[in-house]
Amino acid sequence: MREASSAHRTIDAIWRIESAKIIAALARMVRDIGVAEDLAHDALVIALEKWPETGIPDNPGAWLMATAKRRALDLLRRNQTLGRKYEELGRVTNDWHEEEFGAGLDGEVADDLLRLIFTTCHPVLSAEARVALTLRLLGGLTTEEIAHAYLVPEPTVAQRIVRAKKTLSAARVPFEVPEGAELKPRLASVLEVLYLMFNEGYSATGGDHWIRPVLCMEALRLGRILAEIAPQESEVHGLVALMEIQASRLATRVTPTGEPILLMDQNRGLWDQLLIRRGLAALRRAEEVGGMLGPYALQASITACHARARTPEETDWVRIAALYEALAMVAPSPVVELNRAVSLSMAFGPAVGLEIVDAISAEPSLKAYHLLPSVRGDLLAKLGRTAEACEEFKRAASLTGNAQEKTLLLKRAADCSSAPEADLPRP
Amino acid sequence: MRFMMIVKATQDSEAGVMPSQELVDAMMKYNEELMKAGVLLAAEGLHSSAGAIRISYPEAGGKPKIIDGPFTETKELIAGFTLIEVKSREEAIEWAKRMPDPHGFGEGVIELRQVIEPPELTQDPESQAMHVLVRDLGQQKI
Repeated sequence: MREASSAHRTIDAIWRIESAKIIAALARMVRDIGVAEDLAHDALVIALEKWPETGIPDNPGAWLMATAKRRALDLLRRNQTLGRKYEELGRVTNDWHEEEFGAGLDGEVADDLLRLIFTTCHPVLSAEARVALTLRLLGGLTTEEIAHAYLVPEPTVAQRIVRAKKTLSAARVPFEVPEGAELKPRLASVLEVLYLMFNEGYSATGGDHWIRPVLCMEALRLGRILAEIAPQESEVHGLVALMEIQASRLATRVTPTGEPILLMDQNRGLWDQLLIRRGLAALRRAEEVGGMLGPYALQASITACHARARTPEETDWVRIAALYEALAMVAPSPVVELNRAVSLSMAFGPAVGLEIVDAISAEPSLKAYHLLPSVRGDLLAKLGRTAEACEEFKRAASLTGNAQEKTLLLKRAADCSSAPEADLPRP
Repeated sequence: MRFMMIVKATQDSEAGVMPSQELVDAMMKYNEELMKAGVLLAAEGLHSSAGAIRISYPEAGGKPKIIDGPFTETKELIAGFTLIEVKSREEAIEWAKRMPDPHGFGEGVIELRQVIEPPELTQDPESQAMHVLVRDLGQQKI
């Protein structure tokens, strides 16, 4: 019994390593990722039945791949003889030859994986569906694990995935890497999915925990894979750099009891130097590709400024403000403006920052964004306008969905109301 | 979770004998595979212990004693390491099993050790307990 469960855990590990490659290769054969996943699962079920008794084969990945491909081939033939019950599947049977049975070349595996990620991140799907489908098919996570990471009921995730597969079939999304003018926007969609995944883990929008490492690690792993299979894309390296450096601070972002610690208050000695080094290397790769840096590479450059500063005082805020300005040009958004305001206030004083914050505070898209009052409160507090600051922190606390962050903001509000109003002239 | 795959030293690695081209190629291919799977964090090979330095504290609270290599207990020495980020202990074992036999001649040994990580980053009870231990030890020092 004990041995059987240990064999199952080993098979789980093999599945995690091999599943995306298998599903990707099958999807190229059957042109439907839902069917491909089912076939790959069939192979897994066979392995789970057989291997605990026969032992695990020397090359389990090749075994799973061959078994799954054999089943795919059976399916394709059956559909052909059944008068093309599944029109979609029958249509491609003739394009596929049996000699592809052998282990694919490295380049082919990479191409299949690339096709798969472009499909699971297709813009016809909602952001939620893209994330769930990508975690499932490329990350090899179970529905239960995804549900756990997103704090939603398992059936919700299961439904989301089923619906996503149906949408892709109905829209007849081709299993291919987009080319030409289509490539950039489609790549942007892929990168967005990875970054959403990372961010949800990095700054959980709901629940009692500030971070969910599983999501960060998975996004980072998929990013690293993407950097190997699409090395010519500067923004891929930019995103990886951004995630590596942000992940280097994961351990210092919360106190042992789970309260968030802000960047400037973190113990830099605990930042993961290995991840920082990897991040800086990825950033260099992004720069080496050439051309203008995109939004991810620029954000990574900003994060790198913090990573390079050994103490908060050493932070090159002037450079950070300049990078935010560059970012505002390639990807203008009120949130970027807000960050530019913060960096300018650090470089040239809170009054300069407050001016920009006030200019964007009427922005409708920031109405429910808790960081706007949070930043404004911080600047007001620094200017000694504590009563106004207190109000802003309270407003920020009412807007955030994260319990830990709410506590932090309410504490800042309380600190402000107990501090005496500074003896400064009011504008 | 992170694991370190430690390649143990052998008489050849200690004697500074270069590995065969075949092994070098296989190792490169293996590292590439780790990279393409998104699990590789770092991989380094080490010089033999001939140039190594050992610092020991033979007396508690005493001065460190510095000894130059080479060291004789070959099997206790290491020749290189690879750091990987994986989801489970079994996944680490699976990757380690795929590493080419680092030395051949029946001398190859790879040891897998889990890296201690802060409890926020892991759900693994064993490493959480270890972290508490390390933290308490750290506090005692101060």
